[in-house]
Amino acid sequence: MAINTGLASLSEGLWTAATGTYLLAMVAYTGEYAFGRTGRIAATLPAPASVREPAREPALVGAGGPPVAPPANPYGAGVVSSSRGGADSGQRWGRWAVALTILGLALHLACVAIRGIAVDRAPWGNMYEFTLVVGLVATLAWLITLWRMPQLRYLGLFVMLPVLVVMFLAGTLYTKASKLVPALQSYWLAIHVSSVAVAEGILLTSAALTMMYLVRIRYEKGSLRRFTTLGSRLPAAASLDKAAYRAVAFAFPIYTAGVIFGAIWAEAAWGRYWGWDPKETWAFIAWVIYAMYLHARATAGWRGGRAAYVNLLGFGAMTFNFFVVNLVISGLHSYAGLN
Amino acid sequence: MRMLWRRLTSMRTAVVLLFLLALASVPGSLLPQRPLNPSKVDAYVASHGWWGHLLDKLGAYDVFGSFWFSAVYLLLFVSLIGCLIPRIAVYARALRSKPIKAPRHLGRLAEHADFVSAGTPAELASKVSGMLRPRWRTAIRDEGNGTVAVSAEKGYSREAGNLIFHVSLLAALILVALGKLFSYQGSIVTVEGTGFCNRPISYDTFHAGRMVDTGRLANLCLDRLNSFSASYRSDGSPSQFKADVTYTTGLTSAPKHDVITVNHPLRTNGDRVYLINHGFAPTVTVTRPGQQPVSDTEAFLPEDTFFTSEGAFSFPGPDANPGHDLGLSGVFAPNAMINGGIVSSMNPQPDNPVLALLAYTGTLNPSGQPQSVYSLNQQAIASGALKKVAGKNLAVGQSMTLPDGTVIRYDGYKQWASLQVSHDPTQAFLLAAAVLMVLGLLGSLAVRRRRLWLRITPDAEGAAGERSLVAVGGLARSDTGNFSAEFVAVVQRLQSSLGPPGVVAGEPVGAGRD
Repeated sequence: MAINTGLASLSEGLWTAATGTYLLAMVAYTGEYAFGRTGRIAATLPAPASVREPAREPALVGAGGPPVAPPANPYGAGVVSSSRGGADSGQRWGRWAVALTILGLALHLACVAIRGIAVDRAPWGNMYEFTLVVGLVATLAWLITLWRMPQLRYLGLFVMLPVLVVMFLAGTLYTKASKLVPALQSYWLAIHVSSVAVAEGILLTSAALTMMYLVRIRYEKGSLRRFTTLGSRLPAAASLDKAAYRAVAFAFPIYTAGVIFGAIWAEAAWGRYWGWDPKETWAFIAWVIYAMYLHARATAGWRGGRAAYVNLLGFGAMTFNFFVVNLVISGLHSYAGLN
Repeated sequence: MRMLWRRLTSMRTAVVLLFLLALASVPGSLLPQRPLNPSKVDAYVASHGWWGHLLDKLGAYDVFGSFWFSAVYLLLFVSLIGCLIPRIAVYARALRSKPIKAPRHLGRLAEHADFVSAGTPAELASKVSGMLRPRWRTAIRDEGNGTVAVSAEKGYSREAGNLIFHVSLLAALILVALGKLFSYQGSIVTVEGTGFCNRPISYDTFHAGRMVDTGRLANLCLDRLNSFSASYRSDGSPSQFKADVTYTTGLTSAPKHDVITVNHPLRTNGDRVYLINHGFAPTVTVTRPGQQPVSDTEAFLPEDTFFTSEGAFSFPGPDANPGHDLGLSGVFAPNAMINGGIVSSMNPQPDNPVLALLAYTGTLNPSGQPQSVYSLNQQAIASGALKKVAGKNLAVGQSMTLPDGTVIRYDGYKQWASLQVSHDPTQAFLLAAAVLMVLGLLGSLAVRRRRLWLRITPDAEGAAGERSLVAVGGLARSDTGNFSAEFVAVVQRLQSSLGPPGVVAGEPVGAGRD
């Protein structure tokens, strides 16, 4: 079957529309962040005290039980004030931001789906398409988060920024709609690549939360340098750390399964399930680092700051695997479609 | 010694070893690796002087087979076993023992609530325990003075998942090692119309693990590659490669037929046959004066993506005299473009298959050493043992005549497929271990461990035996998540099923958190 060029160019138009809509959404989130009341009250509270206090609270019952995380307000000080905040102008900006995010996501979804119909295969066969899917997963994850915890809306700016970077990145990696080489003609493309894309989208979220955590923890320790004062309106460090952990705990089995799906596919396509191809090696490295993160979080002396750096290191390995291994190191996974 | 062992099996060591494992893998992707591409390694060593040789000594060109990589993962392996065995023992004990006693002051727990219910403490306790099962394991203890305590715990499968994951990981590593010992792999360039049997000597390259009995490989003969076809799209990109084969799996079994494509190997009982590569194999007929014509088809190796291919034909002399050999060095282009006499291909589709030949006479292999079938002996050409006598670009059916009257005709071409036979008896078990790993991970990361205690005392103020005070305390033993909400929900469920709530004593439900 030939490529439907009409649909392919429609999909390209939808990329522009989705990116533009996300840009507007980011402007609206910025408006909410700038004009909203949320978080301002929190900023005036003595932040360090609000976190240290509950940490001493829980009695360690059950001998040998692990220390219990402080039952601090799960969403940080921001929540308290957001429930108090009336319909100020920040609220209006915020509502617009969410509406624009939903519209952008719909356009984005249509962009990916129509590309798939145009080329008659799973729409993640090269770097351009894969990047679009990762962005889609990240935005979807954000909207699901908002639905469960609407009080986090004021942080949308910090989510839309990376999503926009991902969208523009997709634009620079643009590849003309085309069919796949025989090695990629397998139903495993749909399974292996989608599971890895979902895991990476979630791990991206975790990395973003971890960066917020690192800013916030410095703020909570009383550092008042220009950069760390950004932390004043972020959720409590303990909540950020917990959220980053839960994202990894959710993504890690998916990523593991994605790597195993890759091995099953490699067995069918290349005659061996594992061959230390550069892509496989870096998938292994990233997996080991995230395993290290999960262990570090349960190890005294590593919990907190150090574990956070391990999380970022894992994301670094993941990113290296996507960009450097695809574009610079040659291997069997050279499907970037860019020459 | 015990100190050392304790340190090795600690979580902190595991974290460091995991980091070392990740770090040790990095050169494996940045430096050329001998198992993947030996010629690239040689070129790298040659161009990096003493540094290249040092890296070679350190095993940096075979990272995943190097002593230091093995050292890291073996230490991790030992550390893991040392950690797992006691944990399995502890878990087995925990499964058999009752949930632990209620702490004296439930009110000091992070999550606690109190309410009043109708009924004696014993009645209420058994009701509660019945209600919490089967998700919670419960134990009822009589604390004297009419007070009854219920201990409940859930989330045991978190540790089970954790243990399953780690045990399956160990199993997977052992299976990979066993696979190395018991697997073999052979590959062979097969021209259309020919075939091969599964014996080490049939293959162009053959690798076998130490435990493989190479004299008794599985019964498999790929009798004939009936045809190979490559289809392309209008933009020149490949759309499909197909190898149509006839094979037999036993001495007496009937020949079977299969089509091997890139993602669909032929799977027989224990062996897999893959289509790895393909190319063209031109055919020439040589007629020496006064002799019978001799035909030969040789596989040519593709040099670029458009399948400009290089190869050679060897025709030993008709007599014992070694100086009368004929060697043909050739370039084949499926869709030829001739530029200044040089032939190259502009498309992989054989629309204009041209064969450019250089003819040499003399001695093909003066040294008698084994030599490549894809090129003539370059030393023989350099030393003058082989002399170039003619050269011409031929279209199908055309011929060239050498000064001695020999006629060389280019008859056409066949296609070849590079087929790889692989055998690894551990694969199915490894897949099972991998599935268990994922299931174990799901259990260990999604299940949450919770403890709940109820202390039920007769209400002194009401009519004795009819009302009881219920104090509830809860503790999250892992992954706190949203435990406050969970706790409130459990308490509400308990309260509503224990009958008329009565007057709530003390703080309202859910506000137990200070």
